[in-house]
Amino acid sequence: MSFESALQHIADAVIAQAEPGEQLEAYVSRDSETDVRVYEGEIEHFVSAQSEGIGIRVIRDGRTGFAYAGTLDERAIAEVLAEARDNVVFGTPDEWAGLALPDGVPVVQQDLWNEVLAGYSTDRKIELTKELERLTLASDSRVRIDDANYSDVAAENAVATTTGIRRSGRENGCYVSVSTLADDGDETQTGFGFSVGRSPDEFDLAKAAKEAAERATRLLGATKPSSRRLTVVLDPFVTAQFLGIISSTLNGEAVIKGRSLFKDRMGEIVASPLFTLVDDPTNPLAYTATELDGEGLAARRNVLVDGGVLQSFVHNSYSARRANTGSTGNAVRGGFKGTPGVGCLALQVQPGTRSQAELVADVTDGVLVQQVSGLHSGVNPISGDFSTGASGLLISNGQIGAPVREFTIASTLQRMLLDLVEVGGDIDWLPMRAAGVSLVISDMTMSGA
Amino acid sequence: MIDTDVLTRVLGTAVKSGADFAEVFAEDKRSTSAGLDDGRIEQVTSGRDRGAGIRVVKGDTTGFAHTADLSEAGLLTAAASAAAAASQGGGGVRTVALTRRDGTKVNTVARYPDEVPKATKVELLRRIDEAARSAGASIVQVSAGYGDSRRRILVANTDGVLAEDEQVRSLVRMSVVANGDAGMQTGFQSAGQTIGFEMFDSVDVEDLARDAARMAISKLSARPAPSGAVPVVIQRGSGGVLFHEACGHGLEADLVAKGASVYRGKAGELVASPLVTLVDDGTMSTEWGAIGIDDEGHPSQYNVLIQDGVLTDYMWDYLRARKEGRPQSGNGRRQSYMHLPMVRMTNTYVLNGTDEPDEIVRNTESGVYVAKLGGGSVNTATGDFVFGMVEAYLIENGEITDPLREGNLIGNGPQVLRDIDMLGNDFAMGNPGTCGKDGQGVPVGDGQPTLRVKSMTIGGTAA
Repeated sequence: MSFESALQHIADAVIAQAEPGEQLEAYVSRDSETDVRVYEGEIEHFVSAQSEGIGIRVIRDGRTGFAYAGTLDERAIAEVLAEARDNVVFGTPDEWAGLALPDGVPVVQQDLWNEVLAGYSTDRKIELTKELERLTLASDSRVRIDDANYSDVAAENAVATTTGIRRSGRENGCYVSVSTLADDGDETQTGFGFSVGRSPDEFDLAKAAKEAAERATRLLGATKPSSRRLTVVLDPFVTAQFLGIISSTLNGEAVIKGRSLFKDRMGEIVASPLFTLVDDPTNPLAYTATELDGEGLAARRNVLVDGGVLQSFVHNSYSARRANTGSTGNAVRGGFKGTPGVGCLALQVQPGTRSQAELVADVTDGVLVQQVSGLHSGVNPISGDFSTGASGLLISNGQIGAPVREFTIASTLQRMLLDLVEVGGDIDWLPMRAAGVSLVISDMTMSGA
Repeated sequence: MIDTDVLTRVLGTAVKSGADFAEVFAEDKRSTSAGLDDGRIEQVTSGRDRGAGIRVVKGDTTGFAHTADLSEAGLLTAAASAAAAASQGGGGVRTVALTRRDGTKVNTVARYPDEVPKATKVELLRRIDEAARSAGASIVQVSAGYGDSRRRILVANTDGVLAEDEQVRSLVRMSVVANGDAGMQTGFQSAGQTIGFEMFDSVDVEDLARDAARMAISKLSARPAPSGAVPVVIQRGSGGVLFHEACGHGLEADLVAKGASVYRGKAGELVASPLVTLVDDGTMSTEWGAIGIDDEGHPSQYNVLIQDGVLTDYMWDYLRARKEGRPQSGNGRRQSYMHLPMVRMTNTYVLNGTDEPDEIVRNTESGVYVAKLGGGSVNTATGDFVFGMVEAYLIENGEITDPLREGNLIGNGPQVLRDIDMLGNDFAMGNPGTCGKDGQGVPVGDGQPTLRVKSMTIGGTAA
């Protein structure tokens, strides 16, 4: 019996205990991971870890209870079920409460399990990490290493519900990353580089090393710019982070609870006609490509904004019932410790055609933002106000100029989407829930000296 | 949690292949949480996390494995796996004599969360919802969460340390949305302490809810925040995160050792305004970052990091302290048994100065008054930090005037520490926080008296 069917068996056994009038869901997962950290040619740490657990959701009379445990021990599972049942009575009855129902949408099969990675030797993982450190050090004499890391994870899960959902899957993946420091006299700047793959054979160590060195050295000598309004070019990596924030405004649960600034805007123009936003976890290029959402429904392609017009919010089965629509397959689950929320799975902005260099050449007074910090603290997705710490390069009359740091860029999400003047053709499949692409925003406030 | 004889055998197995050090960290944590949103108690959740992490150190290499199986067989398997990870060669047998070590007594729990009916916990959320909604017609949405946890930990290592601790925490948090002509605004409040349900004898959740509602309502008429460098006054108990980010992380010995901190090599030097004395204090009774022992079995301590502006010491964990041949400081912490410990803060705060808080505002011709800061982050190597202002006002002619919309504050840690030119006598601790580092979150507290920084950059949109 494979692990998968073993997990499915555990989930099935739980829901078989459902009492009349009770909906049950069991979500079971098992992960194993390896982490290697190298520093100055030696292994700083080597972590080999397995974890497993179960989360059980009980719904009765419109009330929901939940419990979890970080073990698959039989006695513990019985306790979890009892606790979840005990928790049911405290919920407020909710006519929309309930588990997902099979909706007939077929699963788009994907190649999420890689046998090469599953059989990769520990020694080679360590060697790769050391090689990344060596390559990074060799790429620039001003660069030091903070740490070089290798990480892989293999995850398997199964879900079963009394409403007829019964699905399991497994996937694995790996990445390497390196954090760098660059010194020039008294000044130190930092950078990072990474490479991801379904197996280590897909890594591009040289590119990761080069980017880690460049990110740290390009900011040496950076100054604080003067405050003004100007054109902002967002690097693909920065765009991906902004998309993460924008996605929270398209969350169907936020919409029905009145927390989205787009709640009354369906069918309206909310962005520049150049902006088409798609959530497509069925695209195998996406790092977060997946077959199933967090409730076991097929993951699917959803167009959220089409040519600047708001087309769709994303839903799980609960928010969909409340909004009188169907689930868009966007239940997200942070493992066995929680119940499914709503979220985008694999966002991408439809790319344009020109390179970043071509975009920059059209900018008279601007800044190329290569890194942002404090996005989580500086954005209010409810009001749309945001300001974020940033660093990057000034642009003057189409030419890249001096490096700048310790400034903020600010606007509102609403304005930023309307002020979009071009999307680059440089789509980058980053290890995030959103792909990166260069964006040009015509008018933002830069605060500095 | 685990028999001493078993611990001795597990540690013996862990160092059998010639390691320098081995440690068993066992944890048993039970937690309850409840959430209210949109007028409904959405769900009560119960959780159980139980397991052990085994760390083996040989030379500069650490091997780590963890298991949810606390039986002797489960622990021995993890020990062998951690030992293999740390080392390929060697040999030898060491017997470890474990000596029980007491932690710092930080507080006494009067009402354990598991002795309180879940209905009583849920009732707090209903009271929050009601209080916030009755604060004004513009309040359109309320969400609130309750959480408690009882975490028992045990640490045993080959230095002979055997220590246990029980950490009980209670937390309540809320967010309120107000709707006005210019869109929606939000207000937040939270309270969290390292004690049981008796926390709610002294914390009035309805007061907190009304305060969150007041914040959301007042921001409805907020102006865009200014853009550029201005004097900033930070209200007591609302800006400890400034020190957490501006220098706290930079004083963590692991970052210092790798040259990833601007405070490297600065011990004994003036790094801040002479007004500033900064402390990290794990012993601070009932505060969110209080611990009896750290997650390496070391008793929590009161550590002075900056005295009158002079950098006195960094914070230390086992590995960094061993390397430097100096004592640990009780700052070795981890998120759970599944994680390796590293240097972390506990409760980090600035001691009182002598200025009257009113005087600080009156002496500021124009600037920004920050009544509540949000989360932040720092690049420890450059000292550049950023954090969000969730409640702020303009200061005009020495008086607090209009509310401001949200924005980020940015600055450079060493510069801001030097630029503190007034320090109040009204110290208060702030809201409970979760500090993230290297993917691990741990509970931390912070605090400060009202203070003024003579220049910081506000990232607003107003000219």
